[in-house]
Amino acid sequence: MNQIRTVLEGVGSTVQLFLRAMSYAGTLPRQFPRFIEQCYMIGYTTLPIVAILSFFIGSVLALQSGYSMEDFGAQQFIGSLVGLSMVRELGPMMVAILLAGRVGSAITAELASMKVSQEIDALITMNIPPARMLVMPRLAAVFVMMPVLTIIANLVGWFGGAIICKYTGFIAVSPEQYFAVLREFVMFRDVFDSIVKSEVFGMVVVTVCCNIGLNTRGGSREIGQAVTRAVVTSLILILVLDYFVTKLLISLHSA
Amino acid sequence: MSASSTSTRNFFTAEESVPVGVSIEKVSKNYGALEVLKDLSFAVEPGEIFVLMGPSGVGKSVLLRHVIGLEAPTSGRVLINGHDVMEARIREHVRMALVFQEGALFNSLSVYDNLALYPREHRTGTEDAIREKVMQALKVLSLDNTAGKFPSDLSGGMKKRVAIARALVMEPQLLLYDEPTSELDPVMSATIDEIIATLKNQYHVTSMVVSHDRDLAFSIADRVALMMDGALVHVGSPDSLKQSVDPRVVDFLNPRIDLEHPRFKKNET
Repeated sequence: MNQIRTVLEGVGSTVQLFLRAMSYAGTLPRQFPRFIEQCYMIGYTTLPIVAILSFFIGSVLALQSGYSMEDFGAQQFIGSLVGLSMVRELGPMMVAILLAGRVGSAITAELASMKVSQEIDALITMNIPPARMLVMPRLAAVFVMMPVLTIIANLVGWFGGAIICKYTGFIAVSPEQYFAVLREFVMFRDVFDSIVKSEVFGMVVVTVCCNIGLNTRGGSREIGQAVTRAVVTSLILILVLDYFVTKLLISLHSA
Repeated sequence: MSASSTSTRNFFTAEESVPVGVSIEKVSKNYGALEVLKDLSFAVEPGEIFVLMGPSGVGKSVLLRHVIGLEAPTSGRVLINGHDVMEARIREHVRMALVFQEGALFNSLSVYDNLALYPREHRTGTEDAIREKVMQALKVLSLDNTAGKFPSDLSGGMKKRVAIARALVMEPQLLLYDEPTSELDPVMSATIDEIIATLKNQYHVTSMVVSHDRDLAFSIADRVALMMDGALVHVGSPDSLKQSVDPRVVDFLNPRIDLEHPRFKKNET
């Protein structure tokens, strides 16, 4: 019973924090340097690992599908499989998982450390709401950077698949054929869905990690526990939300 | 008065600060089964220096956190000029600052940026005006050379002085200090005493000071309270505290060194 209550309190405080932070959206121009700093942290520093992972995910996808489809003579569809898998699922989800592990953990550690060392209390006494100074610029940055990262992840993943097609002996599909099929099957709405998903995941990860960081009490051990909790919670939410967002988007397109 | 207090005299840009009074009404605080504050009631008059003394761990710092609204009491309320401190917009009407015991400086910001954060966020002036104010505050606390340093480069005492300087930049009407002179040398302690007194005399700043420093309490306090086990055992002028015959007060003010105390005896088996 206590655990259910804790979960519900966590959901409530996270939603509250998100709404409070969004109410300060008008202060973004004044906080432009913080916004740029967060864009750098969330976008630029995450880009190399996003690119590396996307490349190999696209490659492995092409390799596996090429190997499996060889028996059915369906290798010409590798482009559609890699293209749709990356854009609909793997691109946004992989970026979100990387965001949780790399950026979310750092956010929680930083805010939890500030909380434990009373810096958050100092902000409150100075009438500077932490939601305005610490959360809102991060949300704005993730809102801008997630689509960028996701689109790059998709492109690099597609490129990885093309490389495998070119250099793998048993795959009888040229990169030109691969991209032609990919272009035929991947619609603009798939890219749109990819961006919607990445925005939802990004907002959830940053809000959850900020909320857990801002509510940390204790010392260094509790900071470590908060980071673990933030990453695990984010990962669970990404997977759960992925189902519901996908279902919602499919029903919207069907209608 | 030293040179430092002379510069404090011209520190606030506001011509005169509106005095702020604090009223603590039947405040109790429980953490689970632990009762930390026990039905406390007293008032701090506008422009008064109120020093709260007592042994460690009796709830003095917890009380300060309640006065500035960082914690809500389990029962009772804290009023600032008649308004409940837990009201959402109280800080827009009353400038309050707390000098934390450990400083609570922003570790990712330089000393200069720590001090400039409040005026920048609240747009109290141009960047030039903010610079002038920040450098003046640093000068008052003899921290002229630390503007570019980060908190991790400072000693404990320097961090405390930066925290006081940061509070000064806010031009508070109500200033709370949690052990302001701990970790400071006697000269700097005297400077802090002078700053607290000058802020009262020149700008009617209401000050509430938690301290073990008897010199501070007896030299600048208008009233002194002694707190024990979450309750006040004495509230009055410094002289009344000195003259009290309450054994708890006498024991606190005149601790005896007793090397024969049983706690120092070796266990004999």
